[in-house]
Amino acid sequence: MERIHKQQIVMNIPENLKFTKDHEWVKIDGGVAIVGITDFAQNELGDIVFVEIETEDEDLEKEEVFGTIEAVKTVSDLYMPVSGKIIEVNEELENEPEKVNKEPYDGGWMVKIEMADPDQAEDLLSAAQYKELIG
Amino acid sequence: MQKTVLYDIHKQLGAKIVPFAGFEMPVEYGGINVEHMAVREAAGIFDVSHMGEFWVKGPNAFDLIQSVTSNDLSVIPVGKAQYSCMPNDEGGIVDDLIVYHYEDEKYMLVVNASNMDKDWNWINAKNSFAAELENASDKMSLIAVQGPKAGEILQKLTPLDLVSIPFYAFATGEMAGKSDVIISNTGYTGSGGFELYLYNEDAADVWQAIMEAGKEYGLMPAGLGARDTLRLEAGLALYGNDLTDSSSPVEANLGWITKLVDGNDFTSRPLFEKQKAEGVDKRLKGFVLEERGIPRKGYEIVDADGNAIGEVTSGTMSPMLKKGIGMGYVKSGFWKTDTEVFIRIRNKDVKAKIVKPPFVKLK
Repeated sequence: MERIHKQQIVMNIPENLKFTKDHEWVKIDGGVAIVGITDFAQNELGDIVFVEIETEDEDLEKEEVFGTIEAVKTVSDLYMPVSGKIIEVNEELENEPEKVNKEPYDGGWMVKIEMADPDQAEDLLSAAQYKELIG
Repeated sequence: MQKTVLYDIHKQLGAKIVPFAGFEMPVEYGGINVEHMAVREAAGIFDVSHMGEFWVKGPNAFDLIQSVTSNDLSVIPVGKAQYSCMPNDEGGIVDDLIVYHYEDEKYMLVVNASNMDKDWNWINAKNSFAAELENASDKMSLIAVQGPKAGEILQKLTPLDLVSIPFYAFATGEMAGKSDVIISNTGYTGSGGFELYLYNEDAADVWQAIMEAGKEYGLMPAGLGARDTLRLEAGLALYGNDLTDSSSPVEANLGWITKLVDGNDFTSRPLFEKQKAEGVDKRLKGFVLEERGIPRKGYEIVDADGNAIGEVTSGTMSPMLKKGIGMGYVKSGFWKTDTEVFIRIRNKDVKAKIVKPPFVKLK
């Protein structure tokens, strides 16, 4: 997600999640990674009108594009935070993409990934590191 | 980077600020869709003070403007405004603009912020008529109040009878206690309303008075983001996207402001006469997506076999239709309404059909 700049608004950054420099959050649940975009990212993008993920059942490498997210003004790619297989896509976003704006860490989740290498979780950012990243 | 005099107010309102045409401008306050719908259903207030205002005065003012613009200036009396276009010498467009016949031998040209310097230099270079020119852009602010409730809101703040100002006409008078405000029945949203040209020192007070007066009507501040989705739904062209230095007004469906009448000898007229007589190869057309997706500037327009037939110049998700809409230059053979075309979105050809803007039926 390019074109990100600093915002004075206080952003919600849950302590129990991991993060990426691409402004995605990751919840590790056993060998499964649940992925969405952060509160900061949704705020920067503005009204989200379309989430397109057509990679269900595909095996993708870390940092590969697994989908795109369209806001009124911009389109951004969604990147794999870890390698693995997309085992589930949040189908509710098809009709309610605004959930990404309203509840980025809950109803706005995007995919579940069966991790190919659970050790990759160690490379993700902590809440404190992510907070530092977005200033 | 310049700021309009309303910058601090935008910050207080929580606006997201972006650089645009050399200005730090509010792109949205609470969300583009909410602001868009407020304008369609009630009213929105926009700061568009970045726009440029030039005065053209004196006995030769008419001749200068008539020669640099494609519309026929002779048809607008004092008190009327006219949408027009400044062609360049190669048959492209320097800018689109509104010309106000302010008083006898005095006109105001309102130009796009992104073209202000180019326009100013262009008009000066063409001023062999020695008309008097003044760039008042730094002294003037522009507040647009748009939407079905705009008139009622503003009527609370002025002794002038706003209902008596027809579309593309204006009156000058008092607004929210400030005098000399140009109250113009114009806009860029398709939902009606007024544009107020005022002195910088009056802008903040007038803005706040309108915000207060508009509360009971659901008036919202609206940013450049909603301005873009609103103008696109209304089928209004944007310079830099749909109009450029290399697109002709005939290609851009601005034939209606390219008046080939006696006494209107403007830049590149012979070229446009030829285009009107012989036809053109490409035209700006509107399209609606039949499948999910959002067209954006630069995307390719292709036929059913995947052959390139044009390029998208503007596109968005229509907040009213909840469908992707856009405009683009399309080659001949694909101009008829309902013609099937495809928009290439990230290697996928998404089905669309040609429509005649406006995309939304508005009052």
